[in-house]
Amino acid sequence: MKKLKSLKELSDLRKKLEKEYNNKKEIFVCCGTGCRANNSLKIAEDFEKILKENKKEIPVIRYLKKTGCHGFCEKGPLVIIMPEEIFYCKVKEKDVQEIYEKTILKNEVVKRLLYKEPKEKKEIEKYKEIPFYKNQFRIAMRNIGKLDPFSIEDSISKGAYLGLEKALKMKPEEIIEEIKKSGLRGRGGAGFLTWRKWEAARKEKSDIKYIICNGDEGDPGAFKDRSIMEGDPHSVIEGMIIASLAVGANEGYIYVRDEYPLAVETLKKAIEECRKLGILGENILGKGHTFDIKISRGGGAFVCGESSALIRSVMGKVGEPRAKYIHATEKGLYDRPTVLNNVETLADVGAIILNGGEWFASFGTEKSKGTKCFSLVGKVKNTGLIELPMGTTLRKIIYDIGGGIVKDKKFKAVQTGGPSGGCVPEALLDLPVDYEKLTEAGSMMGSGGMIVMDERTCMVDVARYFLKFLLEESCGKCTPCREGLRQLMAIYEKIVKGEGKEEDLDKIKKLSSAMKVASLCDLGRSAPNPVLSTLKYFEEEYIAHIKDKFCPAGVCSDLVIYEILETCNGCGACRRICPVSAIEGKQKELHKIIEEKCISCGSCYDVCPINVIIYKKKELRNG
Amino acid sequence: MVEIIVDGKKIKAREGNYLLRELKINGIKIPALCDHLSVEPWGGCRLCLVKITKEEWKGWSKIVASCLYPVESGLIVSTKDKEVEKARKEVINLMLARSPQTPLIVELAKEYGIEKTDYEEYKEPTDCILCGLCTRICDQLGMSAISLVNRGIGREVAPPFNLEPPDCIGCLSCAYICPTKFIKFEENEKKRKIWGKEFEKLLCKNCGSGTVTKMEAEYFSKKQGLDPSVFELCDKCKREYYSKKFEELQR
Repeated sequence: MKKLKSLKELSDLRKKLEKEYNNKKEIFVCCGTGCRANNSLKIAEDFEKILKENKKEIPVIRYLKKTGCHGFCEKGPLVIIMPEEIFYCKVKEKDVQEIYEKTILKNEVVKRLLYKEPKEKKEIEKYKEIPFYKNQFRIAMRNIGKLDPFSIEDSISKGAYLGLEKALKMKPEEIIEEIKKSGLRGRGGAGFLTWRKWEAARKEKSDIKYIICNGDEGDPGAFKDRSIMEGDPHSVIEGMIIASLAVGANEGYIYVRDEYPLAVETLKKAIEECRKLGILGENILGKGHTFDIKISRGGGAFVCGESSALIRSVMGKVGEPRAKYIHATEKGLYDRPTVLNNVETLADVGAIILNGGEWFASFGTEKSKGTKCFSLVGKVKNTGLIELPMGTTLRKIIYDIGGGIVKDKKFKAVQTGGPSGGCVPEALLDLPVDYEKLTEAGSMMGSGGMIVMDERTCMVDVARYFLKFLLEESCGKCTPCREGLRQLMAIYEKIVKGEGKEEDLDKIKKLSSAMKVASLCDLGRSAPNPVLSTLKYFEEEYIAHIKDKFCPAGVCSDLVIYEILETCNGCGACRRICPVSAIEGKQKELHKIIEEKCISCGSCYDVCPINVIIYKKKELRNG
Repeated sequence: MVEIIVDGKKIKAREGNYLLRELKINGIKIPALCDHLSVEPWGGCRLCLVKITKEEWKGWSKIVASCLYPVESGLIVSTKDKEVEKARKEVINLMLARSPQTPLIVELAKEYGIEKTDYEEYKEPTDCILCGLCTRICDQLGMSAISLVNRGIGREVAPPFNLEPPDCIGCLSCAYICPTKFIKFEENEKKRKIWGKEFEKLLCKNCGSGTVTKMEAEYFSKKQGLDPSVFELCDKCKREYYSKKFEELQR
């Protein structure tokens, strides 16, 4: 790799690489974390072996590419044959030979590996025609899945650093103006206008300024930043360099959770290669700007995703938030002007500069522009990673892209925004998803986690789950968050045991509103959101727990008892799944639950193929 | 100096200084348990909340912790705002659940009309309100012998690994600054014990009574560049010695 000394040298290299890399026949093996967990590395290895052994037989050179996450994790491991875009899902090691013989040698499709449309039971051959992909529009994730994240050459051939090329010819004010036009807002969840941050930091007079990329994605169920860092690290680096040009910064940090080892690897390699090519370092592409990036690894505290705690953590101190009456853009890292942006925000920047702010602003709603990445998880058929224009309705996300609820059960709520967000009920399914609308509904955008819940989810239990998470993750510095969460948890523990009182609901409301006002940072201020939103939309469930001592969803094990009806056909599915062997019965005979052994986990209820297991109120309780 | 309005009254305050300190200077009472003039403010206890606004904010206001908010010209501060009082009362309520037997907290709660907490009292009440004054003063003196360990409800003040703190010099600053007297120590003429570590004291050359700990004398003479002889006398004998010297000089 030779150091590039001018913009022309970069575009010459790009032209050369485009010829060399593009429009060739390729095999993409998804090596995102989800597919890796399902053995995709071995699949890639097997392909490699076969390709090597049969070099002469292959008509055109085929590249095998270990790509980043394709998003459709539910169906992994994924293999895509390019340029035909043939999409194979749930590929196993033993399928490799067949794919090679049929698809690669003879251009035949292996039908049984294709994605099957669940409604019409039709196989879909091309990847772009699958509803999961068809309904998406990708900006931040534009190149994920198309390139080898460990190769800067491949990234450049797919358009990485085109935005930077343009930005290097622009004045800082012009860059900021373009971001302003785009209406880009912080994708970490708070939705602060990106250009405002940049402008504020640009105006500060300081010899040292910093750009920090926040890759401490801690919300349970969220993995969009992870996939971006793992699948296309150069989009993040490009965004950071452009930010540094706009602000006048020479140093940058990427703060990555240590739980993301693959992201650390891809970023490390990407930074190294950028330095070698002269895209990072002194006198970038001969244009006189100096900027370099270091990786700072987090220690696993949720609160370190909060900007002031993150900055302290980068400095090697305990990650505790501080008051933000003085903004980081004025006094941030080492008391210097600091711009802190989320991974996805930065991944958007390159595309915005390249295509113009107006182009980006043409997507989305009035106040929320562009697209947004979501991690779609929970009781939805097609779990995975998606990117959509802002303003897409929840219904479209859950039913058109997500394919509806698992086992076609009834939808109950969708939890957005992680532990700081809230639950949105069925009545609001047509809500267009943007920053304002979600906040109005008592939830928030957060980092784009969407947890879909069905009728078998107890909303009191959901609130309790998030409280437990926050209780463990609160730093404990300020009284309302530390003590408030503890007391909220105590109330919830009582409610799920059937010991709750009606006045507890008022207590929850009173305490929550105090926490919102008095807490030091946004963790504490938003901690009551899961509580208040479930209480707002599902108060009758709380009442059922408190007054009737019954859990309508059959989740809270102290309040329900399971029973097998006499119409049981004795298939034995419940007996086999019961974790405590509390079900007895001979095959093809009526089964019975032994009450003393039963822990009311509900596994039998969920597994019964003919729905003859019911739950009802537990009458005999202690106290 | 700039002019700000507090609860309807105009006062003069130093621009950029922390609001709580300026309020205190002007005799305005406001509860605050984690603030102390010897250390940088921290914003942990959340009692010193006030509502602030400005004419140009056009009706918009926000609630801030006054201990950390820098004074700006034209600030309109309300220390008795209803929302503020409500939140503060709830914080005290929570503190009382944690420390139901701690006189300082019980007194404060009484001021706000709370006899008994609305919440579940701790089964093992503690006097430690986690204000962090002890660890901050220890940091400031340069020792950092103790710190706040763990997070959330598991948080406590402790030396590393709960063992004898190697960096502690036995100066007792932590114990003296503790607003609830939670940090305990033992002392006699010759020895001092705190955080499970025993310290030998220097004995006054004149009267033989114990003075500071040996480690303290070493540390401060090194840090301040003082002659070790400074620590030879106890405070009382030092005073006598210097007054005598004064007399001699006057003569």
